[in-house]
Order: sequence, then C-alpha cells, then structure tokens
Amino acid sequence: MISIWFFIGISLAVNGALILAAGIYQLVNPPVNPGVVLFHLHANVWWGAVLLVFGLIYCFKFAPKRQS
Amino acid sequence: MTPLLATLVPTRLVHLAPVDVVIVVFYFALVLSIGWYLKGRANTGEDFFMAGREMTAWVAGLSFLSANLGALELMGWAGSAYQYGILATHWYWIGAIPAMLFLALVMMPFYYISKTHSVPGYLKLRFGEPSRALSAVSFAFMTVLMSGVNMFAMAKVMQIVLGWDINFSIWVSSLTVAIYVMLGGLRSAIFNEVLQFFLIWAGALLIPILGLYEAGGWTNLKLQIAQRASEQYVHLWSGLGSFTANPMGIHWTGIVFGLGSIISMGYWTTDFLVVQRILAAKDIRSAEMAPIIGAGFKMMVPFIVILPGLLGLAVLPMKLVPESVAKVTGGYSYNDVLPLMLARYCGPGLLGLGVTALIAGFMSGMAGNVSAFTTVWTYDIYRPFINSKGSDHHYVNMGRWTTIIGVLISVGTAYLVMQFASIMDYVQALFSFFIAPLFGTVVLGMLWRRATGPGGFWGLLCGTLSSVSMWTWVKLDPSALRYVALSPHAKGLAQDMYQALWSFIVCVVVTVVVSLATKPMPDSELTGLVYGLTEVPSVGDVPLYQKPLFWAAVITVVFIVLNIIFW
Repeated sequence: MISIWFFIGISLAVNGALILAAGIYQLVNPPVNPGVVLFHLHANVWWGAVLLVFGLIYCFKFAPKRQS
Repeated sequence: MTPLLATLVPTRLVHLAPVDVVIVVFYFALVLSIGWYLKGRANTGEDFFMAGREMTAWVAGLSFLSANLGALELMGWAGSAYQYGILATHWYWIGAIPAMLFLALVMMPFYYISKTHSVPGYLKLRFGEPSRALSAVSFAFMTVLMSGVNMFAMAKVMQIVLGWDINFSIWVSSLTVAIYVMLGGLRSAIFNEVLQFFLIWAGALLIPILGLYEAGGWTNLKLQIAQRASEQYVHLWSGLGSFTANPMGIHWTGIVFGLGSIISMGYWTTDFLVVQRILAAKDIRSAEMAPIIGAGFKMMVPFIVILPGLLGLAVLPMKLVPESVAKVTGGYSYNDVLPLMLARYCGPGLLGLGVTALIAGFMSGMAGNVSAFTTVWTYDIYRPFINSKGSDHHYVNMGRWTTIIGVLISVGTAYLVMQFASIMDYVQALFSFFIAPLFGTVVLGMLWRRATGPGGFWGLLCGTLSSVSMWTWVKLDPSALRYVALSPHAKGLAQDMYQALWSFIVCVVVTVVVSLATKPMPDSELTGLVYGLTEVPSVGDVPLYQKPLFWAAVITVVFIVLNIIFW
C-alpha cells in the first residue's frame, strides 16, 4: 500500500512548486500595488521553496518502489 | 461568465488569483484520489469501520488532533484571542493536554483491551444495553446535526471571505467528504485528516512568523497590545483571581475545575469523534502514544491560532467588533481576524494555500463526524436493535449507505439553519449537554468496580437532564446565571464551565447512590473493563524514549513551563 507520507509529499511538493513559481513571477515582474504587507520579504518564494524541498524529500523517502 | 465561475467571484475579504484556484482544485483532486485508491481496502467491517486497526502512533495521533482542528475552530479561537486575549489559550493547554494524557495512560488501555468499536460499545460491555442505547442515539443524533451546523457556518464563512455561493460550498465540500469516506471508510478519513493536518500548518504558519516580524517580536507585541487593549490580554493566569479582573469574566476555578477537569476530559476521552482515531491504532503502545503525540502538537496550535488573533490586536489598522455590531455597521467582526491576517501577508499562491487550509480544516472535521456517525449507527443502533443477523458484508454496505445518508441529513440541517438561524445555538448547546455526564459514566465504569448497570444508566440520564435543566433555566431567566456560574459577572463561557461541572457531579452522585443500592456485578463480567480486574498489557521491552510514560512526562514538563512563562 502507498504510504500516507507519500501523498503528503506530493501535496507539499506541488503546492510548493506552484507558490514558488508565483513568487518568482512576482519577483521578476513586481506589481505596482503588491496588495500585501512585507512584500519585500517575498514570502511566497522562500516558503514555496521550503514546501517544495520537504515535499520532494517525503516523495523520495516514501516512494512506493522504495517502500516495497 | 459560466454559472460555475459566477459562484467563485470574490466579493469581500480576499481575492484569489488563478494560481490560488489551482491550489484549491488540486486539493480536492488529491483527497478524492486518496479515497479512490483506498476503496479496495475497505471490504470488511474491521477495514471500513476501524481502518483495519493498523495505524501507527503518528498517523493515529495526527488524525486524532486533525479531526478536532476544524476551520471554525481555527477562525473562532483566533477571534476569541482578539476578543479575550491570551486567555483563549486555556482551551488548548489546560483544556486539552491533561485530558489527552489521561486518555493515553489511564483510559486507553481499557478501550483497547475491550476491542470495542466505539464508546457506546464500551458502555454496552460495562453497563449493559440501556446505557449504550442512550449514549449511541444521543451521539448519532447530535453528531449529524453538528455536522450540518458546521457545514452551514463554513459555507457562510466562504461567502464572506471569498464571495462563494453558499449552495456551492455546501454541496462541493459535503459530496467530496461523502465520496472519499464512502469509498475508503475510516482509513480514507484518517489518511485525509493527516494530509489536512499538514496543509493546515503549511497554510497558517506564515501568519505568526510574518506577524511577529512586523510587530517587532514578542516583547514589542506585548507592549502594543497593552497600549491598544489591556495588559491583561497577554497573561494566562494572573487575572483569574476574580471574575472582573480579566476580559473573559471567568474565575480560575471555572478554568481548572470546569474546563480542565470536566469539559476537556469529557470531550477528549469520551467523544467518539476523536477516540475512534485512537481505536484504529495497531497495538497498545501506538494507542497510548497517539494521544501523547496529539498533545505535543496541540500545545503548538496556539502559535497558528491564538497568536494571529493577538497580532491582529496590534497590527490591524481597523478595530474589530462583535458579529452583531459588524452586521449593523458593515465593519469586520472578531471572527474575521484570521482571514484578515491571511489577506494582509499572503500574496498569490500563499493565499490559495491558506484558503485550502481553511477548507481542509472544515473537511477533516466533517469527515470525523461522518465516519463516527456511520460506526455508531451501524454497530450500536442498527446491529443490536434493527438487524442483528446480518453478514459482515451487509454491515459494510450499511456503513457505506449511512455515510451518504448522514451527509444528506447534515446538508438538510445546514439548509434548516439557513432558514432558522437560532437552531444553530440550540444544536451547539444540545451537544454540550451530553459530554460531561458521559465522562462521569465512563470514568466511573473504568475505575470503580462497584458501579452497576442501573447506576451507569441513571447517572448518565440524570446528569444529562440536569445539564438541560440548567441551560433552560438560564435561557428563561438570564439572572439565574449568578447561581449556575456562581457570579453575576459571569459570561457565557463561564456558564458552560460550571454547567459541565454540576452535571458531572450529578452524574457521579446518582451513579454512586444507585450502584450502592443495586446488586454488584460479578467480577467475571468486569474482567478487561475495570481497573483492578484487568491486566493492562505491557507496551513491550522498548527503550525509554519509546515509552508512552516518558513522553507523557516530557509533555507535562513543557506544559507546566509554558503556563509559567505566560502566567
């Protein structure tokens, strides 16, 4: 059976990739009105990266082939 | 614009970008995929209703916590933190940690050894059929109604925060939960709850991190709160010496004896919604470790719930007001603080994750309600009272159908609440009537061998009726609150605390008196059910760091230290 942690890895990795991509897009094309406080910290870049890394680690560690 | 997109037009607090919508849609696709994948592993009663009793301590523990971590709880307690300050943390610390540890070390061995499918099932073994019938019918009825109330409240939140149509929110979320629980049973519910646990943290954790950065750290935050509200907003215990010295209007006796000793014990140790997750553990060590793991994470939840509420006091430019005032003035209410903080810090992508966390919180709570209802209906009502001769396959099918029917009743309740808003208050109050007396009955059953069947039944019934009577008394004559909660200054939350305490005492006194007046049960019928007549199995020859007792001690020390730090 596929481990629950693998599903969590997929979720974190996909969400992390999407958030990171959105953050990089805003980094390259800064909006005139960011609409959020502390925009200069670019939280979606580093938080997206953190989620992506954790997600990939979970996907790799709990991949169905490795588990079997 | 298509009708579907028309329902997604944001009108109020936050505006979703396309990437946010993709994240929300991906979440729905993933939970349905998990349900679909697990459908082949829910063919027997043990698989469907008890997840095969093969969950590890971590999976059972996170699921145990996640079933309680609903979106309304997240938003409601963040709003309470804005309104009452750090006092709201009591519901996460003294209002949860001691009860979780008590469940792990004292009660779980009896639940686990008896191999019961449910809490009403334990009452059947210990006190007989009448006690089971009373608790099963009340639990099933209230669970499905509560699920509907929460469904409506969440749909309302989605309408306010995102501008989503209420019908769209109700049907999409409820059908998703119905499908994945019907397909994979409790295992599917547990898997999704663990996933939801991670999403809630991933989506909510940034708010306190960025909020503390903006406020200039904890010390500066306390100064700002003292200037804008009161210094008492950042103290857990120092203002509880009198009813008037703290924003909540509560005394420490209510917190310690009402919340910490009765309400939390009742909820965390006898509410089948959460206990069912632990019963699915693979062995006694996992069953004991699961609530302890849950307690460890529960202690951290104030970081993503209470702290955003406190930060809102310091950094939000507008003043939040009670819901009733917000409706009249068009301003923001206390309950809007979490979405407001989300919108303040989270740009495209992060906003989608935050909204997904709220939806995930709601769905994990609903899946918990539905799976618990399904088990209690099938094993504690349908099988003993309607059809006791069905095959295992028959009961699994009954479970699947009950899942759908339970969700439909919840949807019906949601629409009923939409028409008659006052029903919500009544249903929430009704649920609280059963918790404290049930704890009294179960804990006496486990710890006192002299308790008899009639004693258990009458204690449970009288305790519940006393709770209903006190609530009705205060409803008809609000000045009666001074007697129920011991002070004319007491507020609503204080009433809950003392009402629970008195109904627990009534339950215990009646159980003891009736038990002493009736014939004792023979020891042979109590083996495996009562302390002193049960050989509690060892957790095995494991190193110290794997022993539940060791981790319970660690959690206790951290719990005490945290209370002293924020005294």
